[in-house]
Amino acid sequence: MQLTESHKEYWSKNLRITALLLAIWFIVTFVVGFYARDLNFNFFGWPFSFWMGAQGSLVIYVLIIAYYAHYMNNLDKEYDCAEVEED
Amino acid sequence: MAGMTPNDGSVFGGGGSNAAFKKQLNKIYAWYTGGFILFVVVLGILEQMGMGRAMIGYVFLGATVLLYAGIGVMSRTNDAAEYYVAGRRVPALYNGMATGADWMSAASFIGMAGTLYLTGYGGLAFIMGWTGGYCLVALFLAPYLRKFGQFTVPDFLGARYDGNLPRFLGIVAAILCSFTYVVAQIYGVGLITTRLAGVPFELGVFLGLAGILVCSFLGGMRAVTWTQVAQYIILIIAYLIPVVWLSVKQTSFPVPQLIYGQQLEKVTAKEAELIKDPKELEVRAIFKARADALTEKLKDVPAALAADKAAAEKKVADLKAANAPADEIAAAEKALAAVPKDAEAAKKAWTAQRTGAANRSNQLANMPRHGQQFAGDPAGDEKARTAFDTSRRNFLALIFCLMVGTAALPHILMRYYTTPSVKQARESVTWSLFFIFLLYFTAPALAVLVKYEVFTVLVGTPFDKLPAWITAWAKVDAALLSVADINKDGILQLAEMTIGGDIIVLATPEIGGLPYVISGMVAAGGMAAALSTADGLLLTIANALSHDLYYKMLDPNAPASRRVLVSKILLVVVALAAAYVAAQKPADILFLVGAAFSFAAAAFFPPLVLGIFWKRATKAGACVGMILGLGITVYYMIMTQPWLRGVFNITSPVELWYGIQPISAGIFGVPLGVAAIILVSLVTPAPRQDIQELVDHVRYPTLRGDTLNTEAT
Repeated sequence: MQLTESHKEYWSKNLRITALLLAIWFIVTFVVGFYARDLNFNFFGWPFSFWMGAQGSLVIYVLIIAYYAHYMNNLDKEYDCAEVEED
Repeated sequence: MAGMTPNDGSVFGGGGSNAAFKKQLNKIYAWYTGGFILFVVVLGILEQMGMGRAMIGYVFLGATVLLYAGIGVMSRTNDAAEYYVAGRRVPALYNGMATGADWMSAASFIGMAGTLYLTGYGGLAFIMGWTGGYCLVALFLAPYLRKFGQFTVPDFLGARYDGNLPRFLGIVAAILCSFTYVVAQIYGVGLITTRLAGVPFELGVFLGLAGILVCSFLGGMRAVTWTQVAQYIILIIAYLIPVVWLSVKQTSFPVPQLIYGQQLEKVTAKEAELIKDPKELEVRAIFKARADALTEKLKDVPAALAADKAAAEKKVADLKAANAPADEIAAAEKALAAVPKDAEAAKKAWTAQRTGAANRSNQLANMPRHGQQFAGDPAGDEKARTAFDTSRRNFLALIFCLMVGTAALPHILMRYYTTPSVKQARESVTWSLFFIFLLYFTAPALAVLVKYEVFTVLVGTPFDKLPAWITAWAKVDAALLSVADINKDGILQLAEMTIGGDIIVLATPEIGGLPYVISGMVAAGGMAAALSTADGLLLTIANALSHDLYYKMLDPNAPASRRVLVSKILLVVVALAAAYVAAQKPADILFLVGAAFSFAAAAFFPPLVLGIFWKRATKAGACVGMILGLGITVYYMIMTQPWLRGVFNITSPVELWYGIQPISAGIFGVPLGVAAIILVSLVTPAPRQDIQELVDHVRYPTLRGDTLNTEAT
């Protein structure tokens, strides 16, 4: 079958949000990890990079996934791609 | 699909709408949680009235395993969609809990806080790696696999890459990573059963196995799902209570995750003190001297051995001649018998002893400073700079492998086939990570609190006033905990104590001074973690063999009931094989768990993600990519990992690439797999039109005008 313009737009929006969230994921994990020794300032008792590894990055991961689910579920409705769900 | 689900009247099969089903589940698990807490309280009262410790252990073990078995019996089924994917009606929240239990194994529950205790910042690689991977699951895989809607991960490879070869490679990789992983779980079950009920290790393994089997055997994915939810509730309660207690004890504040920053500051200050403490230096000097003496002996093994033997013989003869007391003679004879038999054995024993002594002569009992990021020093000399770079590179590589591996382990991906819709699959990943997060952001707090307790309360205590749990655990296994007054000053120094990582979580209730019933609960939680993961893994292996190999490749006309039967038989065979391997106590079990992640990452991640996001990826590309990616990962491990080198008899010198440790071998496999798929796909013809339409089909939750239906029932 042929995809409509609206379908293509839906997919490119999906790719855009995926790339954006992936970039955040990468920075939180690998960039902060790489400069961990330099990000050593005191953060409520923890060295900042220690706190990021133990808590901060985890919170951001949960938020990334929650935001993606929220965003995509709305996008489904907007572009008429949502499933008919029986409740 | 719910309308087609046969209603067999059991609690977890229930007919009716999804909303009514969810309501029913809420009620069941609310009662269940209340019942569990009541059970613990009643046992606590019985303990106060004089119930014995062994009895508490038996009751905990028996009650929880019976409970899981009961859920298995209630969820029994022979229907294929129920057996393979729980009828695809598991609500997002409950699938999240089940995934949490499926995910968190004995390694997470028992091992992780211990690793953090021993390695400090370095251990955070596991915390980040094993949670951040869910971002990849959510963004790249879960919703698309749910839309595809079949039963297994090789199913997707077989359909997307059009043929049996990709499916077969998927089967091989799924079995390779799941089997290494399940052996470790069954080993953990055996260990806990042994501790809790005092039965021999081999018997413990098979007892635990019975608990795993009765569940997955009768009801497949349906039984496993509802048991995993029950197991999650037990394991999270069991993990949190002792930590909260310890936090109240140390800081009078009941949320350890918020407060342990100040405990970390105190630990860091104490570390600086301990490094300079004259008594610590004294003990470390003794270990240094021992290591040096052993180095001297290793220079000429036969001569040193002969001297040792002569000295031991002379001592026995002297004592006998002097009519010394019998126990002194017995001790001397024992020492004589302990002298290594030949030069080969002596060399091995002495090398191990020298490594041990050399480690213990390091500061802080060979632990890095808790808050210090990476070894070495970027501003130091050449050697310190290299150490820093290598340590940082390995830290990041390990995170990468654990994350990508998380997003590729078949037993986790399979769980997202069980939700009612794509929408719920996405939400379900959020819940999964949330429930995992609850335990993972507690583990680093637990490690710091225990370290504070050891550094400030234990160290400096006279030997005759050490708390009872120290002697109790030292008796269980000296490798887990041992103390010895090396410099004979009657006071415990940090360097005089060795502690194994696996003890930290299990001993926390005793360290915090909680009643024994809480120790029983923690052991039951560890058991729940190991059993739930083992269930999911066994099901993955049995399904790969019965569904993918037998039904899809060998006998496509097999009726559904026979497929389920084959799967059940295979389940028992695989479980027995895994138990057999676990009972041999293979040498390097923790390494095998890490290896499973690198295998999964290299084999599955590139073909799955490219298959969804790049229509041009071809069958030839996927096959070459999987073979090369997995191949180089396996090759690197065999060439560099000591235990595997022994198995394959590799004698050439170890050559690490860029200093990467074997556990992170996937760091080479994943990029190579991606590159190979892209290059080979570009030189082979594009996939057929219907394959490209399949890709569109999985990309959109609903596609108007799309006539494809890939959902299997």
